Amino acid sequence: MSGQENKRTGAEIIWEVLGREGVDVVFGYPGGAIMPAYDAMLKYKIRHVLVRHEQGAAHMADGYARAGGGVGVALATSGPGATNLVTGIATAMMDSIPMVCITGQVSSKVIGSDAFQETDITGVTLPITKHNYLVTRVEDIVPAMRQAFYVARSGRPGPVLVDIAKDAQQATTEFVWDGSPVRMPGYRPEHRAGADQLKSAVDLIDHAERPILFCGHGIIAAGAGELLRELVEKTGIPVAATLLGLGGFPATHPLSLGMMGMHGEAWVNQAIQQADLLIALGMRFDDRVTGNLKTYALTAKKIHVDIDRAELNKNVRVDVAIAKDLRTALVEWLPHVEKRDRSAWLSAIDAMKGDSAVRDIQQLPDDGHLYAAHVINDLWRLTKGDAVVVTDVGQHQMWEAQYYKHDRSRSLITSGGLGTMGFALPAAIGAKVARPDAEVWVVVGDGGFQMTMCELATIAQEKLDVNVAIINNGYLGMVRQWQEFFYDKRYAATPLLGPDFAKLAQAFGITGVAVKKRGEVAGVVEAARRSGHATVIDFQVEQEDSVFPMVPAGADLDKMIRRPSPIVETAAD
Amino acid sequence: MFRRRAFNIESLTVGHTETPGVSRMTVVVETDEYGARRLEAHLHKLVPVRRVENITVAPSIARDLALIKVAATGEARTHVMQLVDVYRARIIDVSPESLVIETTGTEDKIDSLLEVLRPYGVMEMVRTGRVAMARGAGAAEKPAARVTQVAGAHDASAGSV
Repeated sequence: MSGQENKRTGAEIIWEVLGREGVDVVFGYPGGAIMPAYDAMLKYKIRHVLVRHEQGAAHMADGYARAGGGVGVALATSGPGATNLVTGIATAMMDSIPMVCITGQVSSKVIGSDAFQETDITGVTLPITKHNYLVTRVEDIVPAMRQAFYVARSGRPGPVLVDIAKDAQQATTEFVWDGSPVRMPGYRPEHRAGADQLKSAVDLIDHAERPILFCGHGIIAAGAGELLRELVEKTGIPVAATLLGLGGFPATHPLSLGMMGMHGEAWVNQAIQQADLLIALGMRFDDRVTGNLKTYALTAKKIHVDIDRAELNKNVRVDVAIAKDLRTALVEWLPHVEKRDRSAWLSAIDAMKGDSAVRDIQQLPDDGHLYAAHVINDLWRLTKGDAVVVTDVGQHQMWEAQYYKHDRSRSLITSGGLGTMGFALPAAIGAKVARPDAEVWVVVGDGGFQMTMCELATIAQEKLDVNVAIINNGYLGMVRQWQEFFYDKRYAATPLLGPDFAKLAQAFGITGVAVKKRGEVAGVVEAARRSGHATVIDFQVEQEDSVFPMVPAGADLDKMIRRPSPIVETAAD
Repeated sequence: MFRRRAFNIESLTVGHTETPGVSRMTVVVETDEYGARRLEAHLHKLVPVRRVENITVAPSIARDLALIKVAATGEARTHVMQLVDVYRARIIDVSPESLVIETTGTEDKIDSLLEVLRPYGVMEMVRTGRVAMARGAGAAEKPAARVTQVAGAHDASAGSV
């Protein structure tokens, strides 16, 4: 092949590299500085999903990565296009999601001159990307993009941004691709722990009387769910999950305790406070998980395994800290840990449940009101737990975590660390594109839905079968709940007027239905499931319901506010 | 990164190293041992950072360079020149109204010179901040607080220090 045949423009090189990195879809929005790349796109087979706002592109790339396990790609222009990605990038950074954002930049000759639509986006995204690149020469596009994909998916994954000047996209150079591994001298994604750490960990596990395993997001990211299950079944140790760890271990497994932390079950948090060993796998002891650090799990020794060394001993001091890929760590542990009878500890945990089952909202008598928790529990039963559920942020997110039992990795997609409202709808689009055969449900509040509802147009244009359950209580519910508990019911700026969501959906050419009674839930959900196209369901639920139990922010983990139960209160009299 | 993780930089110097394309930064941060470990781990994570050494308690040499402009004429000028000798500093510029003194040494030595010069009228001063290096052939791996060395590669278009 002559050299001439390998000449490509920078814009073409972008697509050549994307194809070779295994990218089959990008989520984007065109604009001036990225136009050369868009023009070149027509020559390549990679699918492009046109979003309605660049924030949606970032969340879609994120949802695509979370659902499918690959790297999500978002494409945007310079200036406002790039800054609109910021919330989505920060969301992916907090939750360690592999994502590559490609932005157009003004021509290298005018960078720094406040040119039209110029923003220093590598400066802006410095603290919210794992790494970023400003490319001003066409020859640098291949190495920068290859490194971007390598950095995004290796070690602790994260978002990487590549900002490419318009003149670099337009210039031509020899396209050279060799499949050799990327070399980056300063970047060490993997660590190796010594044999002594293996021995200390195994000793602690074998000698613990009251151990609990923590399943964090790392289990899912590392694809270590099966290994965790083997470890659990060999050792008999029960598992509590973080919000992002849900699905990493089957929720319906007898040794699954469910979610821990602020809105975890009270008895799970009590068990943590009484444990003598915590084995934390791929999690970061977020404040939502620990409550007051000064009183957190004081009786427990702690083993912490995380691929990111900087997470070890960050919030909680631990006895054995292992910076390692979870699969590697669990494969090492499995032959060494002992099978033990843990029935005494398991019955002790069982005893902690006390009246929890009675207080459960599912036990409330049908008083004609529609409760969000009932809707979600019905959704779980009707979808047989098989759906990919994408949640937004707030009360509905916690009810989903409590009442939709996730048995499989990557079946719950939610913004955990950043808590980004408006995440669900676009992330669900990404999830559906990544897994077209999966049944995808959005569970979203009326507040978060209104932040990014323009993406209904994307659903319509792409003809995606994504069903949307709006948990509509007419309030910014979680903030309202905090106002009720901690601000003497002063509802500052939380009552929220929404549109007629069913009519709104219809305006986008999407089926829209409103549901006001429990009895209607099953029929509407089943119809949506069978329809083969998107349906938006406006569940008009009880307005001033709260998520229980709850550890107030900064309080001790076992000092929970419990759901007031008419049955329990009466029995106590 | 320092700002994001709520660390305050006391001094920062950057310069070339023996390897082309690799720069070395000496960063002074006031923190405790826990903070120092956290900082070291976070610095390690930055993609362009090749090596991080905490040299606070390791045997090390630290130097600071200062240029001090003093208003000294007549008899005062003689006194200042004597002090410069005592401190093994140098006079590198002379004008009718002022002298510029160059001095290298530990921060303490420079502070002390500055103190004795102050009565003669310090018009202006500039300091490099601390540069430091471990003694002997290698760098000791001892955890503790304060001085951190960062060697960063400034590869083509890399940007995250």
